[in-house]
Amino acid sequence: MRLSDEFRDPALVRDIAHRIQRFAGMQATIMEVCGTHTMAVARFGLKSLLPAGVSLISGPGCPVCVTDQRDIDRYLALGMQPGVTLACFGDMMRVPGSVTSLERLRAQGADVRVVYSPMDAVEIARAESQREVVFFGVGFETTMPAVALAIKVASDERIGNFSVYCAHKTLPAALGVLLSSDEINISGLLLPGHVTTIIGSGAYDFIADKIGVTCAVAGFEPVDILLAVEAILTRLEQATAAIDNAYPRAVRVEPNSRAAELIGEVFVTCDALWRGLGCIPGSGVALAPKYAAHDACERFAAGLADVPPPKPTTCRCGEVLRGLIRPFECPHFGRTCTPTAPVGPCMVSSEGACAAAHRYEGA
Amino acid sequence: MRVTQIDGPVATAEFDGITRRVRVDLLDGVRVGDYVLIHAGLAIAIVDDEEAKSTLALLRGVYDAAQ
Repeated sequence: MRLSDEFRDPALVRDIAHRIQRFAGMQATIMEVCGTHTMAVARFGLKSLLPAGVSLISGPGCPVCVTDQRDIDRYLALGMQPGVTLACFGDMMRVPGSVTSLERLRAQGADVRVVYSPMDAVEIARAESQREVVFFGVGFETTMPAVALAIKVASDERIGNFSVYCAHKTLPAALGVLLSSDEINISGLLLPGHVTTIIGSGAYDFIADKIGVTCAVAGFEPVDILLAVEAILTRLEQATAAIDNAYPRAVRVEPNSRAAELIGEVFVTCDALWRGLGCIPGSGVALAPKYAAHDACERFAAGLADVPPPKPTTCRCGEVLRGLIRPFECPHFGRTCTPTAPVGPCMVSSEGACAAAHRYEGA
Repeated sequence: MRVTQIDGPVATAEFDGITRRVRVDLLDGVRVGDYVLIHAGLAIAIVDDEEAKSTLALLRGVYDAAQ
């Protein structure tokens, strides 16, 4: 069996599911903060394996979903300018802005191209020097190195017609804010495996040491997720808090030093606006002054200044992202909000809680 | 995905018949034959085979003991 298949072995899944039944009756709410976990949990039906009294809820782990409406509207506005080519990841296409979406803009003739990697956007700029290519920089720390690399390559190779609208966010600061709010009682956190390959599990020490919430870094196969849940429940039983690494084949305590260098060179820390969480100090990045020529906010400052503030809507994505309501508790879910006609991003992102519920848990 | 070729900062990796070119700038000492995790065209980690095998052996040991 291939390694990834082994971590999906039904016999192992059954065994761990059976073992964790000993925690039945423990009242615990575990939050996962990674869109890939949201999808994996739904796809593999893992909630049905949890012991009674233990629930698993979704938090602000989907980078597309936590992108503020203001950033979406501003990026869309750039696409309406002549000579601009918008390049973005695929699941941004159907996210509704205040007046339009990337998909609709493209249907109306705007040049919008889906790319798999930010380097692909640099190659478009290289090949089409008459176009102004603007990449939508959305993603947490897993994506930031790839975008930083693209910006550095564009700068080094003088591809002046490439810029990034930077809406990247960093997770640890947001987790701190989430855990210190009174809205919800979170017993433990399932931490994102791939973000942690970049930042190292040590980045979360403050959550166990200062906030007193226990966490486990998890991979993405069913065995990985259940082992992490087991680690959290074990700590809760012992009334201790720690950052357990349940993904040792990929994650270390230390960060990836090359990623840290790249990110440190290309980006500077700033405050960021999160859908549902508001402004979180130090949770975003902007392009460093050395790379200002590739910062879409600088390059298109005049055009962006005219973009009106987002219109208020009845979208409840913010509450879904804070774990206050489940997708099916939103009045729009499955009725006025569907994957093809969404009210908000959680229903159309490839990592959105509502998209996962709609696809795997029935409308 | 498994690395099949490395050419400076760019590697070729394959999985299930799919072949991709990925940047490996983040990975010191990546070698042909390594399994890597990839995100947005960039390899972000090398999967530690030995660690994986030892986790599985431990789990299977527990499983066998429980039978």
